[in-house]
Amino acid sequence: MFFGSGVIKGMLVTLKAFAASYFRGPDKGGIFTVQYPEQRLAEKENFRNFPFLVYDKTPDNLRCVACDICAKECPPKCITIVREFDKDNKPLKRPAVFSIDHTVCMNCGICEEACPFDAIFMDHNFEIASTDRQGDLLLQKEALLKSNDYFNKIRPTDASAIDAKRAEAEAKKKAAEQAAAAKAAAAAAAPKLAAAAADKPAVPTEPPKTV
Amino acid sequence: MEFMDQIFVNLKSTVLTLAGGFLPPWAVILLCAAISLGVIAVIGPVTMMYLTLIERKVLARMQNRIGPNRTGPWGLLQPLADGIKMLTKEDIVPKNADRIVHLVAPILIVIPALLVFAVIPFGKNMIPADLSVGVLYFLSISSTTTIAIFSASWASRNKYSLLGGMRAVAQMISYEIPMVLSVVPILLVTQSLSTGAIVRAQGAYGGWGWFVFTPWGFAAFITFFLCAVAECNRSPFDLPEAESEIVAGFHTEYSGMKFALFYMAEFMNAFTLSALAATLFLGGWQGPWLPSWAWFFIKTYALIFIMLWFRGTLPRFRVDQMMNLAWKFLLPLSLINILVAGFWHFANPPLAIGGSIAMLWASGWIFTRLNRDYTPEKRTYLFGE
Ligand code: SF4
Ligand code: SF4
Repeated sequence: MFFGSGVIKGMLVTLKAFAASYFRGPDKGGIFTVQYPEQRLAEKENFRNFPFLVYDKTPDNLRCVACDICAKECPPKCITIVREFDKDNKPLKRPAVFSIDHTVCMNCGICEEACPFDAIFMDHNFEIASTDRQGDLLLQKEALLKSNDYFNKIRPTDASAIDAKRAEAEAKKKAAEQAAAAKAAAAAAAPKLAAAAADKPAVPTEPPKTV
Repeated sequence: MEFMDQIFVNLKSTVLTLAGGFLPPWAVILLCAAISLGVIAVIGPVTMMYLTLIERKVLARMQNRIGPNRTGPWGLLQPLADGIKMLTKEDIVPKNADRIVHLVAPILIVIPALLVFAVIPFGKNMIPADLSVGVLYFLSISSTTTIAIFSASWASRNKYSLLGGMRAVAQMISYEIPMVLSVVPILLVTQSLSTGAIVRAQGAYGGWGWFVFTPWGFAAFITFFLCAVAECNRSPFDLPEAESEIVAGFHTEYSGMKFALFYMAEFMNAFTLSALAATLFLGGWQGPWLPSWAWFFIKTYALIFIMLWFRGTLPRFRVDQMMNLAWKFLLPLSLINILVAGFWHFANPPLAIGGSIAMLWASGWIFTRLNRDYTPEKRTYLFGE
């Protein structure tokens, strides 16, 4: 090779890249930049950031029972939960306050793993830029609540698995309830029968004489 | 064709004739100068602004990116946005700096960059001032840039600035010599220092008699162009502002519009040096079919593209490599080249062509052999084992 051939070789590489950027597709050495706000890549199903709360059908029907497990597990401690009480100061199975500080949340997903009630899941929403730190980034319960349909839309695989699990659990619970009810009914009926059985011989054998 | 060729010349003379109707003769002369000055004063900065955009675009394309495309269509308003940003930035002067020199240096660097536009033949009859010593004027004026760079680096009172300034001085003085010597063959052959006459001398074969097509012209062109890249401190010769070594070199302590002036001078120098290279070796405005000024701008921008291409490809030289290239390769080559040009002038055509190619090839080969670094076949470590 002659003197300076390395330089020429290098120059040809950049020239090729220059030409390819105009005439080649993204997979053939051309430009693969995506012009973000106008063009978007398809969202990956497994993409996760920022948790949200799931509700079934209506927002009152949220799954969260304010057990506080997620708030305890959250490494940077960005979840705040206050339980709701009724008029008689009896604790209810729902949060009065549920807030997540998006400026602190580090998108670890531990809350989703920890929740035993399938109430909190990671979202696909990444465009949360805002100039109002307290108003827009400290998300309250109302802003965090999203429907199960939305969850099914963004993460169909996980959502359907969880729905199936919940339906199964529901069915089991119902079956157990029915079984319990049947048992209770049976138990309720049994003493009567026993009593009846006990009564029966008594009745014919000992007819009331006074009546 | 002829009309398009002379459109700017005719425009100017029409204005002058109209003005001559009611202005005294001395005022018309002043107006004539003012028009040329005004055009240069507009062309210089505008060229610089759009060169920054072209540079960013071309580099981006070479790196598989798109480059600025948000401000206006294709990013065409980007230079304006940058200008506004530069103007509104805070101007910071270091506490211990020499305030006056610190202020004057950026102004001083722009003046020669603008002055050299005067002798550039933009087209047929379109040379602002056809000095009889045009080339000499260009080279001497553009070499004063060194002083501005060094005073900027000295006045900043910053060790990185000073290192950058010293590198700049060393580099510019070294590269000035082969650059001037590589122009000498042209002057020998054309017997003129005027840029206009040099362009006219390349008009043979219907506008294709460019000096770059002769052996000595080709060697001189390569030498001149490499020196030109080094003169305007562009990559791979950007040692004075090597950001990975000495922060930003001589303009470390400059911000806002003062920094922009350094940038402006660099880009205007890149433009004028490319224009001079095109004038001396690529036939200036000579060329078939297109208007003369179109040819001039095509050639100049082609050379600027090569500069950007260098920047997109080559890593920065080390200081010793940069010095070696100037003193041990380009300088002897340009001296030999003068001899070759003389030989070409006096020998018969077949002998002249063969002889000069052979001489240049042989000397190039010898210089590269002599310049090879000594690398021992195998290192022997005396106490290593
Ligand atoms: S994703 Fe992690 S950091 Fe964010 S709220 Fe859940 S547990 Fe906390
Ligand atoms: S989201 Fe889940 S873990 Fe957190 S408080 Fe509600 S039910 Fe408990």
